[in-house]
Amino acid sequence: MRPPIDSPKSAEITDQGLYVRRREFIRRAGLFAATSTAWGAGLVVLSGRGDADPPKPPPPPPAGVPPLRIAERGKYVVDEATTSFESITTYNNFYELGVSKSSPARSAGTLRTRPWTVRIDGEVGKPQTVDIDTLIGWFGLEERVYRMRCVEAWSMVIPWLGFPLGELLKRFEPTSRAKYVEVTTLDDRELLPGENDDVLPWPYVEGLRMDEAMNPLTLMAVGLYGRALPGQNGAPLRLVVPWKYGFKGGKSIVRIRLTEEQPVTTWNRVAPNEYGFYANVNPLVDHPRWSQAYERRIGESARRKTLPYNGYAKYVAELYRNLDLRRYF
Amino acid sequence: MSAPTRKHSAPLDWLIPAILTGSAAPFVLLVFKAATGRLGANPIATALNQLGLLALIFLVACLACTPAKILFGVAWPIRIRKTLGLLAFYTACAHFFLYAAVDQGLRLGSVLTDVVKRPFILVGFVALVLLVPLAATSTKAALTRLGFKRWKRLHRLVYLIAILAAIHFRMRVKADAREPFVWLAIVAVLLLVRLIDGFRGGARARKKRSVMAAS
Repeated sequence: MRPPIDSPKSAEITDQGLYVRRREFIRRAGLFAATSTAWGAGLVVLSGRGDADPPKPPPPPPAGVPPLRIAERGKYVVDEATTSFESITTYNNFYELGVSKSSPARSAGTLRTRPWTVRIDGEVGKPQTVDIDTLIGWFGLEERVYRMRCVEAWSMVIPWLGFPLGELLKRFEPTSRAKYVEVTTLDDRELLPGENDDVLPWPYVEGLRMDEAMNPLTLMAVGLYGRALPGQNGAPLRLVVPWKYGFKGGKSIVRIRLTEEQPVTTWNRVAPNEYGFYANVNPLVDHPRWSQAYERRIGESARRKTLPYNGYAKYVAELYRNLDLRRYF
Repeated sequence: MSAPTRKHSAPLDWLIPAILTGSAAPFVLLVFKAATGRLGANPIATALNQLGLLALIFLVACLACTPAKILFGVAWPIRIRKTLGLLAFYTACAHFFLYAAVDQGLRLGSVLTDVVKRPFILVGFVALVLLVPLAATSTKAALTRLGFKRWKRLHRLVYLIAILAAIHFRMRVKADAREPFVWLAIVAVLLLVRLIDGFRGGARARKKRSVMAAS
């Protein structure tokens, strides 16, 4: 029972009041601390997943990958600062290793790249399945510093190591019916666990017109920054087409097929209104959801103007002389 | 225990300060990570995504207050509803200003083109603009001035805003739409709870009226 407020204050009652208020204070302070901590932690976890914590740069290439010898440098070198190795290897779009930018670097350990074979077939005189190290051994590797422009309006400058796709194709004697090249990524849910999620139809397929494939700029990369490609960058073999948006560069390639018909490429199949087969970098043709006029170079804060054909117009503009670039974006 | 309990008169005066303190955590962490270069290779994109998601979380939490009362009979969430709504508004503002000032470098031309030409940005922008009158009428004075009925009607806009915000998220994503769909589903469920309750409440009221008319 509560004593009336105007009851005489005996020492005993005062003490009990203090006691109660102290308990009450502690109770409320506890509730405050618990609620603010739980609420704050919940918000941090819910809002900060995915891209928040960049993984550490990858360890050196796994055992069994022979060291790469650079035979030539300086043929195609962009006169712009190269993006850091850490950024190139921790900010990746490689859905086969997870859809966030940082997950490929974290999951790349599952991608074992030896043994590895590449099947080259379709409209070729000599179809063959080749061991990856045999294939790499055919070429003197070149270092080429290319701009890489992602369709998401960010870009990097990457020192690739590789050889021209055209040189590879010539060895297999393309027939006169070969009009297109189709490259296919490894289809393996264990090595590329992201393929367990049906975010895209697997395997990832990309393709080029034959004249694009034979252009000396088109590179098959096996390394970057002078060392073997890390898994998240598409080890052991990937396509690099510097005047096109990055998604054209198929990664972890197991098959190269020459065809008469235009290949059904993954992003074009999934969202044909957003991702064209050609996907040439073009500041004048916007993506339906964002402008392609500017890009953010990774490592810089202000945006740069995007260049037609990503700055490679003098090498490739000729290929599209008679093409309506708005229709065939 | 014979100590006088204050359970019913307990003012929960710690609740709003606790929510505000906890809500500061993701912002403090974001600023700390930005200052120490821990937001990854594309820090502006990371910060934009986190602020956007945070605004959506506040909005959904705000929308969850009434269903919490309907479903579980707990009244205290109603006390933090206004705080959550204002947090959603301020976070959405921060999200927009980061986009306009840092991402687009205050090129007002490209911000305007974006808003007009890109449905995904337009949807987010409309959601933000619609939040303005709600934030502006969040005071007691505004409620009295408008009258409860009109105030309530105006603040029903928050349903539309939440749907727009979730759609804005969905449209931004390239292929993996699972996460935005989860948010869209949560918003849908929260709205459904109110809708069903509204119908049942309406039915009860009608029944009461007819009983009264019969007697």
